[in-house]
Amino acid sequence: MSDAATGYTLAELCIVAAAEAFRHDGEILAAGSGVIPRLAASLAMKTFNPDLMITDAGAFLLGEPCPIGQRPADFHQANETWLGLSRACDTFWSRKCHTILEPSQLDRFGQANSSAQYGGLRQTGAMLAEPRGFPGLSISSPRSFFVAGHTTRAFPPGECDYVSYPGFNPARLARGHSLEDIDIRRVVTDLCVMDFGGPDNQLRLLTLHPGVTVQQVQDNTGFPIAVAGTVPATAPPTAAQLAIIAALDPHQLRATVIADNPPGEPAGQL
Amino acid sequence: MDKQYSLREAVAQIEDGMTVGIGGWGARRKPMALLREILRSELKDLTVVACGGAELGMLCATGKVRKLVFAFVPPDSIPLGPCFRQILRSGAIEVMEIDEGMLQLGLRAAAWGLPFMPTGAGLGTDVLTRNPQIKLVDSPYDDKEWVAMPALQLDVSLLHVDRADARGVCQIAGPDHYLDDGFARAATRTIVSCEELVASDFFHDPARARQVFWERSATSVVVEAPGGAHPGSCNPQYGADLRHFGTCVAAAEDGGMVGYLQQYLGADEAEYQHNVGGLDAIRALELPTC
Repeated sequence: MSDAATGYTLAELCIVAAAEAFRHDGEILAAGSGVIPRLAASLAMKTFNPDLMITDAGAFLLGEPCPIGQRPADFHQANETWLGLSRACDTFWSRKCHTILEPSQLDRFGQANSSAQYGGLRQTGAMLAEPRGFPGLSISSPRSFFVAGHTTRAFPPGECDYVSYPGFNPARLARGHSLEDIDIRRVVTDLCVMDFGGPDNQLRLLTLHPGVTVQQVQDNTGFPIAVAGTVPATAPPTAAQLAIIAALDPHQLRATVIADNPPGEPAGQL
Repeated sequence: MDKQYSLREAVAQIEDGMTVGIGGWGARRKPMALLREILRSELKDLTVVACGGAELGMLCATGKVRKLVFAFVPPDSIPLGPCFRQILRSGAIEVMEIDEGMLQLGLRAAAWGLPFMPTGAGLGTDVLTRNPQIKLVDSPYDDKEWVAMPALQLDVSLLHVDRADARGVCQIAGPDHYLDDGFARAATRTIVSCEELVASDFFHDPARARQVFWERSATSVVVEAPGGAHPGSCNPQYGADLRHFGTCVAAAEDGGMVGYLQQYLGADEAEYQHNVGGLDAIRALELPTC
């Protein structure tokens, strides 16, 4: 880790950790509409997985990642393939797609809620649930998650208020289907990196961000997580990765994702 | 064959209680001029099928809607506002909120004359628990159940395109035709407004014919309505009018969607355009960046 950078932000650490989700995917569509997922997919494509396909968050696949946010008038996007809404399912349902989603809630089953609304759904019955295209997307393709605020509200003790993405919940399995059909990869938060590789698909802690403790993660998760032995630290970004991220995000949109845009390493850690 | 009508004549073909599909997506290429004509009309008890946008709030606030069937409202589009959410919460309107792919399959089933399309979309999610009318079906080929997405048969579809000829050949020049081809095919009558009415030889250029996404037999009515997607965008003609949307949302937050409409809607499209700064101002609106 001699080339590890210092002076990076927590958002940049999360981008690098999320990019790792795509390392071994080969030639698939890396999707995700938020700032961190888009930068993670672009970073992965520009470094360890050049075979990835990415979108412009509009109607095109890109041969070359393009900066996010407002671009100069003379900017030419490197469009590679048209991918409009009418063709989205052809791509998303064909198992050649790995999306990083930003749920409002993620429960112990790995079920997630894409609604911007918390709570109240079960009580009022009629509210905007916003499943978007995710139920179809997630029954057919692997997905990972990014949660900018790791709290017991985002990781509730019970089931999500509204399940937009299926998880490892036997009670919701349709006849003949198996939990092995569910493919959830990584969960990156502002505290740590996790997966559902614990016993019986339990949420499992993989790495801790600098300065974060196991207890802190458990206290901010509404259900027990699996911890095996000593948990390593999340790999810091390299100077080369930070340079790529800066070029892809010239307007610093990444600084708006995590509250107060904290540094990746707390003061006094160096 | 001449399918040209005025906005008023086109909307007069819609009846109370009909199921109406709305093309476009979010705040993009929505048939707003046609929808404004509906807002001015006495129509009621409509079942509206759409990829959501601000038009849903307007239709609900003015009491036009009995039932909504809709998929995702894009995060980068204009918020529907608390007014719309209040209406949903009140239970006054029946809601069927589904996955975008399920909406596409429902339109396809209707277009193909099938009662349903099988899919995995929705399995294991609350799309099914919240919509008990969507059934599971046994596969004759394996031992699994699948979602049977019911056909979304439409009486009328409303679409907005860049150009059309009088026979109903329609060009969509922007980056995405969304699910408009599905809406056109799923409807008994498809009403299309266009930025510009063109002569039929416009389509002799193969590059333009390539931008035609359904056959003219699926177009029933053509209305020339330049600026007809305002305050949404009609890329590459013009972008969304964010400032006007701000006005609209602020009004809705005061519970005043009806007040907003009284101020801007006008007696016809010409008056509306005058109220929002004129057609030249609409055409000058900057295009968006993804």
